[in-house]
Amino acid sequence: MQIGIPDDAGPLVAATPSAVGRLTALGHDVVVTEGAGAAAGLPDDDYRAAGALVVSDPAVAWESDVVVCTVVPDDVQLRMRPGTTLVSRLAPAAHPDRIRALAERGITALALDAVPRISRAQSLDVLSVLSNVAGYRAVVEAAAEYSGMFGGQVTAAGSTRPATVFVIGAGVAGLAALGAATALGARVRAFDVRPEVAEQIESMGAEFVSEPEAQQQVSADGYAAPLTDDQLAAALRLYTREAAAADVVVTTALVRGTAPTTLTAEAVAAMRPGSVIVDLAAPGGGNCELTVPGERVVSGNGVVVLGYTDLPARMPRHTSELYGTAVANLLTLLTPGKDGELQLDLDDVVQRGITVARGGEVLWPPPAVQVSAAPAPAARAADGTDGGAGAGTAGPGTPARRRPAWLAGALAVTGAVVGGLAVAASPDETVGHFTVLALAVVVGFYVIRAVTHALHTPLMSQTNAVSGIILVGALLQIGSSSLLVTVLATIAAAVASINVFGGFLVTRRMLRMFRKADDDGGGPGGRVTAPAGAAGKTGAGPSGAAGATGTTGRSAR
Amino acid sequence: MTTTGLVQGASVVAAVLFILSLAGLSRQETARRGVNLGMAGMVLALGATIALALVRSERPVGVTAALILLVLVVGATVGTWRARSVEMTQMPELIALLHSFVGLAAVLVGYGSFLTAFLGGTAASGANADHGGDTVHAVEIYLGVLIGAVTFTGSLVAFGKLSGRLKSAPVTLPGRNWLNLAVVAACAALLAWYLTAAGPDGGGTAVLPLLLMTVLALALGWHLVAAIGGGDMPVVVSMLNSYSGWAAAAAGFMLGNDLLIITGALVGSSGAILSYIMCRAMNRSFVSVILGGFGTGPGAAAADGPVGTHRETTPDAVASQLVGARSVIIAPGYGMAVAKAQYPVADLAAKLAERGVRVRFAIHPVAGRLPGHMNVLLAEAKVPYDIVEGMDEINGDFDGTDVVLVIGANDTVNPAAQEDPGSPIAGMPVLEVWHARDVVVFKRSMATGYAGVQNPLFFKDNTGMLFGDAKDRVEDIIKAL
Repeated sequence: MQIGIPDDAGPLVAATPSAVGRLTALGHDVVVTEGAGAAAGLPDDDYRAAGALVVSDPAVAWESDVVVCTVVPDDVQLRMRPGTTLVSRLAPAAHPDRIRALAERGITALALDAVPRISRAQSLDVLSVLSNVAGYRAVVEAAAEYSGMFGGQVTAAGSTRPATVFVIGAGVAGLAALGAATALGARVRAFDVRPEVAEQIESMGAEFVSEPEAQQQVSADGYAAPLTDDQLAAALRLYTREAAAADVVVTTALVRGTAPTTLTAEAVAAMRPGSVIVDLAAPGGGNCELTVPGERVVSGNGVVVLGYTDLPARMPRHTSELYGTAVANLLTLLTPGKDGELQLDLDDVVQRGITVARGGEVLWPPPAVQVSAAPAPAARAADGTDGGAGAGTAGPGTPARRRPAWLAGALAVTGAVVGGLAVAASPDETVGHFTVLALAVVVGFYVIRAVTHALHTPLMSQTNAVSGIILVGALLQIGSSSLLVTVLATIAAAVASINVFGGFLVTRRMLRMFRKADDDGGGPGGRVTAPAGAAGKTGAGPSGAAGATGTTGRSAR
Repeated sequence: MTTTGLVQGASVVAAVLFILSLAGLSRQETARRGVNLGMAGMVLALGATIALALVRSERPVGVTAALILLVLVVGATVGTWRARSVEMTQMPELIALLHSFVGLAAVLVGYGSFLTAFLGGTAASGANADHGGDTVHAVEIYLGVLIGAVTFTGSLVAFGKLSGRLKSAPVTLPGRNWLNLAVVAACAALLAWYLTAAGPDGGGTAVLPLLLMTVLALALGWHLVAAIGGGDMPVVVSMLNSYSGWAAAAAGFMLGNDLLIITGALVGSSGAILSYIMCRAMNRSFVSVILGGFGTGPGAAAADGPVGTHRETTPDAVASQLVGARSVIIAPGYGMAVAKAQYPVADLAAKLAERGVRVRFAIHPVAGRLPGHMNVLLAEAKVPYDIVEGMDEINGDFDGTDVVLVIGANDTVNPAAQEDPGSPIAGMPVLEVWHARDVVVFKRSMATGYAGVQNPLFFKDNTGMLFGDAKDRVEDIIKAL
């Protein structure tokens, strides 16, 4: 299929040359508008080298079977042919009319900003990518506007205290902002209405402002849910208090495309002059009452309020790179045959989630997706996949049963009594043997308990070689005056000695192969073991077999 | 007697060396030293024993010396030949076979002791001159033969199953547990007869119950292992290892030799611990493994057929996935051993590492047919052991992994163990490979694994199936790279 990348508006481009390479590998033809990647530092020649056709007229790209873009123009449905597919950020919650227009035109619309938040879909999640970049850029913008330094400095003429940055909402953007601000040396505090993110905030080196009254429960789909009135009031009080003490406030509260108010006009009025507010929710109307989307405004008391809506686009190189990777990941998912044919499977929760319009129908919003992995298996079991197996093997398949403790205790006591009686009934000499046996068993348990798993096989072949010690018994019987005994003993000694020699040599051969990344084959280990083995063998008398072990390992290449 | 004193001293030193040897083998860094200590101990023990045997010889010393030399030459030749020629993939079979040798030796030594003590009747008979034909000694001989015989046939069956000479499916006779119990009871009854016949004066008639018991014990060993399915073979091999130790210890009792007792008990308890560790890794009780019959339901499960559609992938596609990946984990299983794919796999890992991809191996505790089997194969192919990680170390990392290559593993990567409470492998810890972005499964066909359970992993939509011989497929990928 032909994939068009018009991207004639804005500095971002929906696919970098490397993403184009992945698309062509999937069997697609790619058409890119001339200069689409210029702002991101991606020359047309690179696109040509990756296999794309570069055209001067964006209309050619718009008329492709699949259009992938970063910014959706208002007349998008008119530029595209009916029956084609659009892949972009569509903000279906904020722009239902646009989705309806696309549906009426018969266009299949895939919203990259409506990816369900499940682990498998993470690599497609453009929203999360853009939020990440925006969070970082928000801090960069704030640092440029702020009248002081973020990190505390110690100079010859005295020291400055670090800036205090308060971050509202610890989603992807909020966490990225936390990280960037912490890296610049600021003192960072953060709050989120979801109590479970406290750990994440602290892991980024920031301080979590705890306020149980203003917090809610986990929502089913991974996005924050709206608050109750009481919680809202408590949260507002907290924001006002924290903002007054902060030099920079980054507010990121965006619930399904709409922005609740976090900073009222009074809260801004209480802030120090020269402070900065960066409103990452500006695309949804803004969290701050003074925010004008897309603009920089200064309040009456000298607080700068940034409502930029193009923060990711201010870093076009990396944003385009990440966006392109997500696009390529999505098209890989949609081209299972790698044959250039797009297949949309609406039974897959990920594909269903991003499909907002198809076949003339608006498919937004999708059915709810459970974030937690736990309930899903129940559904799987219900569709009868393993019914027969379950019934057939219920007995042996049940997980290991634990014997009750009293039973184990009783067994131990019985064993001890029986053992004790047996010893008591034996001659003195045998008692001595029992003592030795018991001690050796205990030693064996302790010695083996700590063995690393990787060495189980060498250990087993070593113990096997050692148990060839029964050779000692056989050797002692060889000298017997009875011919029958001698014959039996000779056979026993022969098989036992095979065990001894074979076991040790095989163990050595195996261990010789274990090496660390920085050893080479003939490392110090090899040098030390070879002579030791040779010396050991001369004592045994027959054959100089040990010397040969150095060459036993079959050639590796 | 100075010789005896020297021999006893040598025995104590040898026993300590064996303990240090096993302790050394518990860590990679000290493992080689451990083997050398074990060899030193063995040399010492054998040297002392040979000296003692020559001193006590009832035949001309020359004859005894010649016989001893003969068996050692035979042992050294055969042992060295086997150790050098065995393929690493056949290691489980070799070890099982070697266990059977210990069992056989124990039986023969037991009969030798019996003949010396009760039939030879003459005053001086080598090592056990100080033993009369007393009851305790008779019991020691009886137990030694019993354990040895069970080990012998059990190991032979394990060898047969592992090498494919016998069918690996469990042989389930009706009422098999009662059958085993009946054999044990019969052995106990025979012991009573044997003791009466052996009596205080010794008696040749005692040989009859001893022979009968040997036959029963051989049958018991065969049946015990035959009833255990191929999937549980790692536990069985380790258990037989333990038995061979107890057989040596029993021989020690009948010969009054502390070195044998110590060594046998060391091996016996270490084998038992290993079996226990493995049973825990499979979340199965030791008893249920030993009683056998695991996997009796696979017929039903297999009959269900595939439970979804799988997606086939190509070596070229996998190669491009790998090139684009930052982190790759390879999860090998028995299939890698069968296909002898460890060399190309290691080569692939090295090539990817050169390109800056982070490559690691994930080893399930019971992958393969012997505990640690995969580690040995990878070591053979010169994969550095510090990128080979165990299940617990690596299970949390699949989430951030781009591509997982499952090479010939099945049950150890089966999500049904966690998701389907009715599955025969429910509750068994598995490698959670499905959390990775992409999973590629190398497999010969859609057949089930040893447990006979269908694997939902194959039908997940981030899983691609690469059919064919694992070695060929991996080589294809290397070419495509």
